[in-house]
Amino acid sequence: MIWDQIWVIVWTLIKIIAIVLPLILAVAYATYFERKVIGFMHARMGPNRVGPWGLLQPFADVFKLLTKEIIFPSNANKFLFLIAPVITLATAFAAWAVVPFSDGLVLADINAGLVYILAMTSLGVYGVIIAGWASNSKYALLGALRSAAQIVSYEIAMGFALVGVLIAAGSLNLTEIVEGQAGGLHHWYFIPLFPLFVIYFISGVAETNRAPFDVAEGESEIVAGFHVEYAGSAFAVFFLAEYANMIIISALAAIMFLGGWYSPIPGDSIFAQPSVFWFLAKACVFMFFYFWFRASFPRYRYDQIMRLGWKVFIPITIVWIMVVAVMRVYHIGPWF
Amino acid sequence: MMSPELFQQLLFYVFATMTVGSAMAVVSVKNTVYAALFLVLCFFNTAVLWMLIEAEFLAITLVLVYVGAVMVLFLFVVMMLDIKKPKAAILKQSYTKAALLIVGAMLVELMMLFGYKLQDQLPQDELIRMPAGYSNVAEVGEELFIHYVYPFEIAAVILLVAIVAAISLTLRKRPENKTIDASKQININPAERMRVVSMKAEKGNGEKS
Repeated sequence: MIWDQIWVIVWTLIKIIAIVLPLILAVAYATYFERKVIGFMHARMGPNRVGPWGLLQPFADVFKLLTKEIIFPSNANKFLFLIAPVITLATAFAAWAVVPFSDGLVLADINAGLVYILAMTSLGVYGVIIAGWASNSKYALLGALRSAAQIVSYEIAMGFALVGVLIAAGSLNLTEIVEGQAGGLHHWYFIPLFPLFVIYFISGVAETNRAPFDVAEGESEIVAGFHVEYAGSAFAVFFLAEYANMIIISALAAIMFLGGWYSPIPGDSIFAQPSVFWFLAKACVFMFFYFWFRASFPRYRYDQIMRLGWKVFIPITIVWIMVVAVMRVYHIGPWF
Repeated sequence: MMSPELFQQLLFYVFATMTVGSAMAVVSVKNTVYAALFLVLCFFNTAVLWMLIEAEFLAITLVLVYVGAVMVLFLFVVMMLDIKKPKAAILKQSYTKAALLIVGAMLVELMMLFGYKLQDQLPQDELIRMPAGYSNVAEVGEELFIHYVYPFEIAAVILLVAIVAAISLTLRKRPENKTIDASKQININPAERMRVVSMKAEKGNGEKS
């Protein structure tokens, strides 16, 4: 009896490690991927010195960051200063608990999975705010305020986009959302929910404070925003959390709009089988979009970010939720 | 031996203690930012308590709405305040007595409510257990949109009116404000702003510039 319970806890811990370790590795190579992609888009080589084709560059960066000293600004609140990166990282990792990688391959198959993800991604803003306030620096505080306003605004558009998915799938459970899209490419939700799909991903870019919405860091205006005072491993933790959040936004876009682990190829060949590789491939496409955006677009002006979120995205999502509800009631297309 | 029920009770007492403790810290710490963060902790522990009675949708919504949105705005305001160390004299002012009176009255009311009125309805020893396959999401949805649809819709309309009223009361345009309408900036027509003049190439008189 008691051994059963202990075994359940140990087994869950093993599963958590099996998710977190590949995630950290994925973050390391996402930075390499980003620098290579942006390098090629700028017609330069990208990292190519450490290891063959620069493949060991992420590890060189990690060891550099881990061996550096953490500097505390004068009059900074030490406890909050140290806890802020931990909060950011914890929420970024916690969201992965409900992500289904393949049929049945999920840590916690809970009914309210979609709301849980939204709650966890919105908690990440605390790390940013606390870091900005505890640093005792004007630039950090300005970055934190910008970030808080931006994340709260785009959360609404993102939440409404997810409401569309919820209406289409009739469930908040992520596994059931993917299973609702079974039956080939034309059953995937990105076709009936196309405006919501676009808005979800753009809001995701804004939520993770990435270019072109990276005013919270804004290195040309406020140096580096909320993490300007962070160095060494504390900065590395922020960095890790940012990339983990990007990967989860990409993974969710694949789950909710591109049919998760289902294959786009019809037929009976080995490529037509649903598998975790399709899911990872779809998530990688969205990661590429992130880097493509960063290399292509100049940074948005702050007031235009707010205008885009409140006056463009939210009205579009509300209208499209109505459209989806009507499509759902009248069972239009192969989707409903 | 630890049965699942005992384990759940243990969890309840751990999180309930943290809820009460953080709620007391909200009103007793001097630093306002710490107070706001303790309130966040209090909400979070309350959500865990709801999770223990299998109300997972309500628990996550509490985190999403109160912790993820409302408290962010609170913290936003509190961080902008110029925090001064409160002196002991402030705590001994007359309104402290009034506050204590109100707190005492509320405490007596709550004790009467739980002690006398709800005595029969409270479960005595056993935990509330839902059958397997119970979905809190579906349950809340049915209650809100079928059984209580009119109160729900009326409450929504009242909130909407309140939002519109609050915005229209506080929105004012200052004449010295030089903000430009962003939609005007985006929807400009270059032909209205720019005149392309065609002119002959100027000829120099052979001097090197």
